[in-house]
Order: sequence, then C-alpha cells, then structure tokens
Amino acid sequence: MHEYSIVQGILDAVIPSAQQANANRVLAVRLRIGDMTEVVTESLMFLWDIACEERGELVEGAELVVEEVKPRSACVVCGTEFEHDRLHVRCPKCGSAQTLLLQGRELEITAIDVDV
Amino acid sequence: MSLATIDVSQHILGKNEALAKELRDLYAKHGICVVNLLSGPGAGKTSTILATIEALKDSYHIAVIEGDIASDVDAQKVKEHGAQAVQINTGGLCHLEGAMIKRATEILDLNQTDLIIIENVGNLVCTVDFDLGESFKAMILSVPEGHDKPLKYPGIFQARNVILLNKIDTLPVFDFDTDAFYREIDDLNPNAQIFPISATKHDGMDAWITYLTQRIEEARSVALSE
Ligand SMILES: Nc1nc2c(ncn2[C@@H]2O[C@H](COP(=O)(O)OP(=O)(O)OP(=O)(O)O)[C@@H](O)[C@H]2O)c(=O)[nH]1
Ligand SMILES: [Mg+2]
Ligand SMILES: [Zn+2]
Ligand SMILES: [Zn+2]
Repeated sequence: MHEYSIVQGILDAVIPSAQQANANRVLAVRLRIGDMTEVVTESLMFLWDIACEERGELVEGAELVVEEVKPRSACVVCGTEFEHDRLHVRCPKCGSAQTLLLQGRELEITAIDVDV
Repeated sequence: MSLATIDVSQHILGKNEALAKELRDLYAKHGICVVNLLSGPGAGKTSTILATIEALKDSYHIAVIEGDIASDVDAQKVKEHGAQAVQINTGGLCHLEGAMIKRATEILDLNQTDLIIIENVGNLVCTVDFDLGESFKAMILSVPEGHDKPLKYPGIFQARNVILLNKIDTLPVFDFDTDAFYREIDDLNPNAQIFPISATKHDGMDAWITYLTQRIEEARSVALSE
C-alpha cells in the first residue's frame, strides 16, 4: 500500500475536524486498521512525522496511535463466528466458503485528541 | 488550554471512497461494466486486454483506461486494436486513484461505451485498497511468477472475485504447482473464479469472455430497468 496517500488522506480529514473544533493543536490521531488491508503500520509511522511537519503547526508533533484489528468472520451456513489470519477464511467448523467478514478491513480514523 | 477528544469516525481514504461511489453511480446510470485489472509488472494485463478487445469488439463498444507510471506504449497498442483509449500517467505514483479515473472518464463518450477496462499500474500491493468505482476487480497472475504468490501477497488475491492465471502455455517450462495454487486460493478466497488463460496464444479465453459478457449484460439490464 502506498502509505504516502494514506498519510495525506488522514491529514485531509483531521485538519478540517480540528479547525472546526477551534483546536490550537492536534496531540494525537487514533486509527483502526484491519489486518486484511495492505497498510503497513511501520511505514505509516515512518512518514507520519514528516507529513505533519509539512502541514504546519496545527498537526506538528501529533502522535499517531494505531489499533490493529484482527480479522473475524461469521459463517452463513452454520452460524459460527471465528477469528482467522489473512490466509484462511473458510469456516473452521463446517468448511463453508459462505462467510461474511465482520471486521479486518478497517481503514478508519476514530478520533483525535486536541488542545483547545 | 484544555484537552478534548473529538470523534471523527471517517474512512482514511474517505475522499477516494466518495469519488468511487460517484463513479459507480455514473457507470450504473450508463449501463457500463467496468473492470479494474490488476497484476504485478509484466503479468499480461495489456495482452489480456488486447485479446479481450479482439473477442468482443464486434459486439460491444470498449474503452480502455491505461494507467502507467510514465509511458503511453500500452495505450497506443489498444488504439491500434480499435478501442478507445485514455492514457493516465501517474507521474511516479504506483497505483491509480479515483480522481484520475474521474478525469479519464470525462474524456470518454459514455453513451457509446459498454465496457471500460482499467489497466492499473503493475503492482501487487498498493493498488488493492483503492476503489475506482469498478464493477469488479480482476487479478492476473502469470505462471512464471510462481504458485506461491498468493501466500506472499494475499491481499491482491483476496479483494478480487476473478483471478486470471495467464501464460499457461509456459507451464511445461516452469515448476508452477497448479494444485498448490488452487489450494491456496481455496483457503484465502474460496469464492474466487479462476480462469486459466494464455493471452498471447488465445487459449482458455472462451470461459473468461463468457463470464465478462454476462457481467456486461448485467450492467446493461440494470440501467435499462431504471
Ligand atoms: N508466453 C506467453 N507470454 C505472454 C502471455 N501474455 C503476455 N505475455 C508476454 O509477457 C510480456 C508482458 O506482457 P504485457 O501484456 O505487456 O504485460 P503487462 O502486465 O501489461 O505489463 P506492464 O504494463 O508492463 O505491467 C510480453 O512480452 C508478452 O508478450 C502469454 O499468455 N504467454
Ligand atoms: Mg501493460
Ligand atoms: Zn501506490
Ligand atoms: Zn460453518
């Protein structure tokens, strides 16, 4: 995943929210990122500080807090809910392929901590 | 000075998601089927597009959006085969985004288009999370790349309902383990349809073309029923 676009996307969302709240400073940005996406947390972190600096004082020095979300699916055939890794998505109980991903594809900004 | 937590609840790629939705609605209104074609470099995206145009150009109006980091050689080939082609140069960016597709779409005559094929940038990782408003994503793996690619790049094999296994004419010279490949896909994307093809030798194209024709007709009938 191209982390540069991701980081810019985060800042595009965060800055207007902070401005709307009349914040002086963004202290932290909280994300939820699913394991089934291609985002590599380390690369995000790596680019984060540089991108924040570029965008000016409001976000300079903001901390990035990432919650990684483990994939979970539900089997449509037998109703089993199960956690799984990226490589195995079939129902472990009945073997069905008819499963719904409940979580694991998140690319979400949940909240920001600001100084107002 | 006081501390506050503001609830944001937004998709990180919110801008791209919104654009993709806009594009999807636009395509639906015009009854256009849109294929987002992905693969690593050189797996055979352009060859597959040319073979697909060859098979369908008498029945449908086809347009191709060519994403490339710098050149326009692929777009030239497409034009020579009698389809509309729009070139997008990403200027170094390793994937296509909704905004680029929107600009390309504005150039096309949508009333004269049944099928748009988007050739994404050759990249197995980065293209995955960017929705382009497509009807479906198709992923190409070529035999020389090896049967264990799904284990190394699960995301790209997962986000797609269609997987084309290309260059099957080279199976005799590579140690590609077809059974292992099918097993891996069955674990990580059991609902995927796999079409083994040889784009340059025109092998196995019938099943793919039949599937694509169904999807084109589906897109058309949805537009007509509205
Ligand atoms: N033997 C064999 N060669 C193929 C086949 N399909 C494509 N090729 C060859 O593989 C090379 C790359 O094919 P392209 O169609 O240009 O691949 P691409 O994915 O569009 O490549 P990029 O746009 O550069 O990422 C060319 O030399 C093709 O002739 C096939 O089915 N069999
Ligand atoms: Mg190409
Ligand atoms: Zn990229
Ligand atoms: Zn089950």
